[in-house]
Amino acid sequence: MSAGSAKSLALHVLVVAALIGADWLLSAYHQDVLARILVLAVFAMGYNLLFGYTGLLSLGHAMFFSAGLYGAGLTVYHLGWGVPSAFAAGMGCGVVLSLVMGLLALRTTGVAFMIVTMMFAQVFYLATLYFGEWTRGDEGIVLQQAARTFQIGDLFFDLSNPTTRYFAAVALFAVVLFITLVIVRSAYGRVLVAIRENEERTKMLGYNTFASKLAAVVVSGAISAAAGAAYALLFGYVGSTFASVQYSILPLLWVLLGGASTTLGPLLGTILMYYLIDYSNTLLARALPDWNLSYLGVVGVALIVLVLFFPKGILGTLRDRWLKWLP
Amino acid sequence: MPFGPHLLLATLEGLVTSAVLALTALGLSLVFGVMRVVNVAHGEFFMIGAITAWWAASLVSGNPALGFVLALVISPLVVGAIALVSERLVLRRLNYNPEATIVATIGLLYLLQQAALSLYGPEARPVEAPFNYRILLPWFGYSGYKLFVIVAAVLLLLATWLVLTRTRIGLVMRATQFDRETAQAFGIPVERVYAGVFALGAMLAAIAAVLIVPIQQAHYLMGHDPLLLSFIVVIIGGLGSLRGTLVAALLIGLSDGIISMFFSPTLAKMIATAAVALVLVFRPQGLFGTTPR
Repeated sequence: MSAGSAKSLALHVLVVAALIGADWLLSAYHQDVLARILVLAVFAMGYNLLFGYTGLLSLGHAMFFSAGLYGAGLTVYHLGWGVPSAFAAGMGCGVVLSLVMGLLALRTTGVAFMIVTMMFAQVFYLATLYFGEWTRGDEGIVLQQAARTFQIGDLFFDLSNPTTRYFAAVALFAVVLFITLVIVRSAYGRVLVAIRENEERTKMLGYNTFASKLAAVVVSGAISAAAGAAYALLFGYVGSTFASVQYSILPLLWVLLGGASTTLGPLLGTILMYYLIDYSNTLLARALPDWNLSYLGVVGVALIVLVLFFPKGILGTLRDRWLKWLP
Repeated sequence: MPFGPHLLLATLEGLVTSAVLALTALGLSLVFGVMRVVNVAHGEFFMIGAITAWWAASLVSGNPALGFVLALVISPLVVGAIALVSERLVLRRLNYNPEATIVATIGLLYLLQQAALSLYGPEARPVEAPFNYRILLPWFGYSGYKLFVIVAAVLLLLATWLVLTRTRIGLVMRATQFDRETAQAFGIPVERVYAGVFALGAMLAAIAAVLIVPIQQAHYLMGHDPLLLSFIVVIIGGLGSLRGTLVAALLIGLSDGIISMFFSPTLAKMIATAAVALVLVFRPQGLFGTTPR
């Protein structure tokens, strides 16, 4: 193990340890917010694998997130499934959908890929409205507390309990963080980066780039669906807002802000953006009460400023300047 | 109402949708064709056009036709100016890189929505039609204004087509679309052409919005559907192909009108969106487009 990878491993362990330690420091409000952020950061990490490492800009990841959300939520609500099997169902939905979308959308490249993914996600969103009888559309479904408990051996978990919920979110985050760390440091991860840098050359070197890209779409979709399923089970709400185009753009924004193709960028970006929107709302509402300022303006300005001045994001810029070993 | 007249009504409604859609989509298609930029904020230019129309109409009291004509002049100018500024400040700095411009225009979309929400508010407001005349058919009365919308859109499309194929400006635009570098080598000011095309595309959307706003109310979130439908039309018609755009607008508008009336609007949108994604996958040049060189 080189000095760089020892340092980066230590950094990741430190981040997870800090998140665990944060449980004793945070107020109830921030604990709830951070649990949400961690689940959304998992979503962003799934997005980052495709956008940051493979260089495929998808505008349809809301479909994978909400596939997990509905896969878990609907099986609990309508079929009375337990938490672990519902979580698996959510991830299964994400894997199947991402496989189908990957097979179709990867036939296109560049701008067409973005539009095709956006269109598929839009069809999924409209479907959640159309089958309102089961999904209850915009209004959504609330999962009762009793449905969100499960037992492993003698251990009893109640996911509506704030502390259990927080640790469940940290656990999911840590697992996905180390999975992405392993993937991007593996030979397969290098192939993905090679595809991003020059697909033709990678193909010429004898790699099956289509299979690698398809695998990247499926892994990215599965991680996003895991985040969606966790969101449904931890926070007990399933609604079609999560399938709308806004939730395809937010992970892009988080990843761009934190730094595309950095393992910790998605977490940093999600934390900063979440709190920026949260605080700027109240601050701006106090400063300019009649202006109806909402997340729209903040997100808009952030996207334009990032793409104009910091295309590499915070951690990407840090890595370029000082910390060359950052994964 | 028996089936025949019902179908006629659905067809008329579909034609109104087609007419407005053709104008909006033509703007998007021009911008993509010449600049190779996918403008996600196109629907917001439509929305700003509608809101400006409401503002212009509210300036004049008395005959609603006066306000309408004023809106028809002011709206495209305001929207064109906004488009010019954003082209200068954002798109040009990104060197028209396709991926970066998509992200930037998404940002622009949110920014324009915020601006509309701040300056105009969350309400939906109607604009009075310039005239109120109902054409009485044997089965139902139909709004004369809606027929006027169809005629006006056809005339505007004809005018755009004439400009593109018969004038020097059109020639310069087509040359830039065909080969940017050679055009530049022949002394065509490519950057100014880009700015002009971006503004023209936005102005077409604004005119479409002025035409539709007496039928549909002005609202800060109204840009979403036109954007999606324009995307669908432009893709089915072939990115950058004007003839294809018009045929696809007719096709999508009519089927949207008919499926919405007999089944459900959500189903209509679902079918159109899925169809478009599949067209892009299996026939990336569109139904009428030619393979890019």
